[in-house]
Amino acid sequence: MLWNSLLLAMREIRRNLLRSFLTILGIVIGVSAVITMVTLGNGATQAVKNQVSSLGSNLLQIRTGQRMMGPGGGGGAPAFKLDDIEAIRSSVSGLSGVAPQVNRTATVVSMANNWSTSVTGTTNDFFTVGNWKLASGRSFSEQEEQTGTSVCILGASLYKQLYANQDPLGEMLRVKNFSCEVIGVLEAKGQAAMGRDQDDTLVMPLRTVQRRLTGNQDISSIQVSVENETEITQAQTQITDLLRERRRISEGMDDNFNVLDTRQLADALSGTTKVMTTLLGAVASVSLLVGGIGIMNIMLVSVTERTREIGIRLAIGALEREVLLQFLTEAVMLSALGGLIGIILATIASYFLSGLMQVPYTFNAPINLGSFFFSAGIGVLFGYMPAKRAARLDPIQALRHE
Amino acid sequence: MSEGIEKLIELRGITKTYGQGQAQFQALKGIDLSIEAGDFVAVMGPSGSGKSTAMNILGCLDVPTTGEYHFRDVQVEQLDRNQRALLRRYYFGFVFQGFNLLARTSAQENVELPLLYRGESTKARHLAAQAALEKVGLTTWTGHTPAELSGGQQQRVAIARAIVTNPVLLLADEPTGNLDSKRSHEIMELLVSLNRDQGITVLMVTHEPEMAAYAKRIVTFVDGKVAADKRQAGLGYVME
Ligand SMILES: Nc1ncnc2c1ncn2[C@@H]1O[C@H](COP(=O)(O)OP(=O)(O)OP(=O)(O)O)[C@@H](O)[C@H]1O
Ligand SMILES: [Mg+2]
Repeated sequence: MLWNSLLLAMREIRRNLLRSFLTILGIVIGVSAVITMVTLGNGATQAVKNQVSSLGSNLLQIRTGQRMMGPGGGGGAPAFKLDDIEAIRSSVSGLSGVAPQVNRTATVVSMANNWSTSVTGTTNDFFTVGNWKLASGRSFSEQEEQTGTSVCILGASLYKQLYANQDPLGEMLRVKNFSCEVIGVLEAKGQAAMGRDQDDTLVMPLRTVQRRLTGNQDISSIQVSVENETEITQAQTQITDLLRERRRISEGMDDNFNVLDTRQLADALSGTTKVMTTLLGAVASVSLLVGGIGIMNIMLVSVTERTREIGIRLAIGALEREVLLQFLTEAVMLSALGGLIGIILATIASYFLSGLMQVPYTFNAPINLGSFFFSAGIGVLFGYMPAKRAARLDPIQALRHE
Repeated sequence: MSEGIEKLIELRGITKTYGQGQAQFQALKGIDLSIEAGDFVAVMGPSGSGKSTAMNILGCLDVPTTGEYHFRDVQVEQLDRNQRALLRRYYFGFVFQGFNLLARTSAQENVELPLLYRGESTKARHLAAQAALEKVGLTTWTGHTPAELSGGQQQRVAIARAIVTNPVLLLADEPTGNLDSKRSHEIMELLVSLNRDQGITVLMVTHEPEMAAYAKRIVTFVDGKVAADKRQAGLGYVME
């Protein structure tokens, strides 16, 4: 009997190809959209975490603003000044480097090539803290740092972009409205995630950037590295206490800056992508819902025809439960098929897209199962319910249905 | 009643009321009728006199409002849905006034359908369906769907579906309603031969006296009641 209704169901599916196809399509779209979006979102979150973690575990990042506000959440909190750097350097023990940073995006021009890149103003400590090595040339001299001379060091990608592997040392580079001399090139770090290339950068002395690009004395963030990883918590507390005092934050008040180690930073930064994942998931859920409504529509439109068909089957001697089993089998087969195709499509799509976006791919079982069962549930419910109602009628009532 | 003749059907005081309250309409107003096994009955009467309603009740497609219905020694009005379905499956063949074929399904498959629910093998279904289609004179169009068939062809598919199971009782609601007179006479001869050679009891609604002439008995409905009931020497039997 089960085999029989399986055969009947398959014949019905073939007979109503368009209806079957639309049902499957509704499920496929819903399932694949949700799975792809959430998988990519999760991948992006993972990528951010991986990237930050790769910085090393001896780093502290000091930024203005409250802790959980994510990048750029500085708000109204005052920026750091050079005094703060000096104070940290002199009163916190066990630090191997303290690097102030100011960042700006600027267009740089060398001869015929121009390129928009991220310009960082900092000190030589930047190279120690961030573990950067020079591929050629030299770092800043003390005099250049003091006076804010127009010199610059190229990141590997920027160098390739502007000079196509020719020797750039001593060349003049235009940055916005001033020109500066190239004194060094950094080794490539090669880590890139979500399209951000760390090697696409231009490093200059802090003073130079402050004077020529930002026009003020502000320092937006400070990177600190400790000599001994085990002392990182201690350094964190010391820096926090020092900055609270310097920024005159009375007891009981919240910090208007934050000192985060790598793990905390990863969490803070990936907060944004988590929000993004949720949003993407929500948008995709709409398509899951629309797919579901599509299925309902198709099924309800065919109720009249199906009711008559059920009437015919009952009239020639089919039992109620035989008719129901046939319709249930059909609904389950269609929905399961749609769900499977959806999962396969989503897996292929998210695999290739995550490659393209350079984020890690992970198979997310709850999302796959969840969206599968949701849309398959709708398919089964709306394929089966009208049949259930019709099969309860007397044959003649079902035949008269309009 | 003469001896040796089995009573197949007995209706006692059957009524059927449609609708409720103000819109109530009594389509059958107390039908008493008995039909013997092997009989060939033509049901006649004006439109709206309740012929189809009575046929549906006889075919267990509908239930009477009041009254008793005996089929052999079964009291039909006491059966549940599934038991009535089994009665239809194993004993009745029904030709609807409006064909009621499955859409987008070939003639052949339509005719096979009742056998499917009887659990017959694919091969047996196929052969039986072909034989039934041959009997109604449809051999070339069997792969076509109802939408591709003429009214007369659909009518013949519907008859083939009703007789494919060799039913005990064949109920046909205007089986020649859509056929030209040549085809109509062919169908009538088919019904006569089913009745005479296979002993199938036939109950047929018709408007045409020409077709009713084939039957052994004519029951006339007027306004939800049996107005006349007479026996005759049916055409096709007289030659014997
Ligand atoms: N489902 C229904 N609901 C309400 N009234 C109905 C229903 N079915 C039939 N009737 C009424 O019952 C009466 C008998 O209908 P029935 O179909 O039995 O007539 P008939 O003798 O078969 O007519 P025809 O020769 O035109 O087929 C008609 O007046 C019809 O309007
Ligand atoms: Mg009628």
